[in-house]
Amino acid sequence: MGRKLLLQHINAPGINTLQGYRQTGGYAAVKKALKTLSPDDVVEEVKKSGLRGRGGAGFPTGMKWSFLAKPEGVPRYLVCNADESEPGTFKDRYLMTKIPHLLIEGMIVASYALGANTSYIYVRGEMMPQIRILEKAIAEAKNVGLLGKNILGTGYDLELYVQPGGGAYICGEETALLESLEGKRGNPRIKPPFPAIAGLYGCPTVVNNVESIAAVVPIINEGGDEYAKIGIGRSTGTKLISASGNINKPGVYEIELGVPVEEFIYSDEYCGGIANGKRLKAVVAGGSSVPILPANLTLKTINNESRLMSYESLSDGGFATGSMMGSGGFIVFDEDQCIVRNTWNFARFYHHESCGQCSPCREGTGWMEKVLHRLEYGHGKMSDMDLLVDVSKKIEGNTICPLGDAAAWPVASAIRHFRDEFEWHVTNAAEATTRNYGLAHYADPLPKIEKAEA
Amino acid sequence: MLRVENTEQAPVEFSAALIAKFDDIKSRYPEGKQKSALLPVLHLVQAEYGWVSAPAMDKVAEYLNILPIEVYEVATFYTMYFMRPQGKYVLEVCRTGPCCLVGAEKIMDYIEQQLGVKEGEVTTDGLFSWRGVECLAACGFGPVLQIGPEYTFYENLTTQSVDSLIADLKAKANN
Repeated sequence: MGRKLLLQHINAPGINTLQGYRQTGGYAAVKKALKTLSPDDVVEEVKKSGLRGRGGAGFPTGMKWSFLAKPEGVPRYLVCNADESEPGTFKDRYLMTKIPHLLIEGMIVASYALGANTSYIYVRGEMMPQIRILEKAIAEAKNVGLLGKNILGTGYDLELYVQPGGGAYICGEETALLESLEGKRGNPRIKPPFPAIAGLYGCPTVVNNVESIAAVVPIINEGGDEYAKIGIGRSTGTKLISASGNINKPGVYEIELGVPVEEFIYSDEYCGGIANGKRLKAVVAGGSSVPILPANLTLKTINNESRLMSYESLSDGGFATGSMMGSGGFIVFDEDQCIVRNTWNFARFYHHESCGQCSPCREGTGWMEKVLHRLEYGHGKMSDMDLLVDVSKKIEGNTICPLGDAAAWPVASAIRHFRDEFEWHVTNAAEATTRNYGLAHYADPLPKIEKAEA
Repeated sequence: MLRVENTEQAPVEFSAALIAKFDDIKSRYPEGKQKSALLPVLHLVQAEYGWVSAPAMDKVAEYLNILPIEVYEVATFYTMYFMRPQGKYVLEVCRTGPCCLVGAEKIMDYIEQQLGVKEGEVTTDGLFSWRGVECLAACGFGPVLQIGPEYTFYENLTTQSVDSLIADLKAKANN
């Protein structure tokens, strides 16, 4: 059983209320930070923890904080990115629903560390129930002096507000999020300047994911060094994994980074194996934008080492034979799933969500969607696979924000690993509309599969 | 394609209660940054009227002291704002990959069949419309749908649960 730092009290009665949260030791980190540590000490602990941004990019949180400009007389802002929209990812919704005070506590500590007196939690608009949960939790905290003026008599003031989005995946990109928070379209900004210099209202701003902010609480409670002892290598601490698709136990799991992927999929502690006794075909390990991997490369790296749930191991082999940790959106495909159909689905998603600012993304995502649609519906050509790769290459790296890359990678990786399935959709067009390609050679070669079927 | 409906509609007057809610939101931002209230204010307008009409947007612009185009461009950019009238209940079904792995497409077909209207259309009794939407961040509980303005969630959908949901909503509307 791995250690749990965020979800350890998730089943405690009343954990969603201030009283229940406090009964499990909640708000100890606020007391410790505000009463015994300087803001710089807090930043130092987070640096020592090795915490990496949990929203997808994996950038060290402590380093991001230390870049924040601190000009005299200019307000600084902390904005929490709760615009969780990456297909396959639903950990932030879970955390905000079940244990909202953990996020509020993290926001207070992080705001204190950054010297912010007004902070915002930008929640995607569809999560109205979570917005109401957070607003209630904020009111509870404010009522006992954990927010507002002179928090716990320390002289530190903080106002915390929840801001709804309007339904746009792009607002998960931090500069698009800031534009949206300013009441504009979610068009990403050209960087530099980075938000640490000119963010919300042109002021120095840090934008952090919900899970990153929540992780600050155990880091302060236990110390950055202790946090860094968990995990493996530069993948320190625990990570929330959203497990979905064809598995027996979909849901949110907190893992110690470094758990073998095979254990994560087949162990009863986590996904509990493939649903309905089917066999594993493929996995998208970190949200829809990371490269898809066939079963064999999911469980083992190209060097035949066991693949682990860590930033380094998931990306082992680069894009040729590896993937990425991303946001931890772990999507499992069984043998009955069609890779072409899913790739078309994801391409449609990115086309729909492109903000339209950069031509390669605005046009390219639409072309990819159209070509994939004709492949899926039996009108594809043998040249379409090269065409798709060509379009994806012309999007990748040529846009202001990473949405272009995010749209390109799933398409390019699907063709890289499943080209024969795409070709079969051309050569057997009529058949392809009535049945799926099946497992073919992608089958996981390990004997564990037999066990899962039993 | 989202666009502002260019129809002749009567001007809108917001109630004092609604304006009070706007004022509360506006107080969350620094002086002069009241435009930040635009997205939450549009949500309130939609909750009140069921959609966001051009006269309502003009009134929002007036309230926030910004140009009407600043409201139009935002309202048409974000997918949650309806630019035309909808059914009383809009069933928004997630159509993205992870939900499709567990049967979202069948659920959408079933809803279309049960309601008897195509995506985006309104039933003749004015009660329902439906549409596919992109990932709702509930992939582990798919197929899922949401219904505004509270954005109540319905998870692990089956044809039976869709049946009872539609029946419940009809009963609710008739009470």
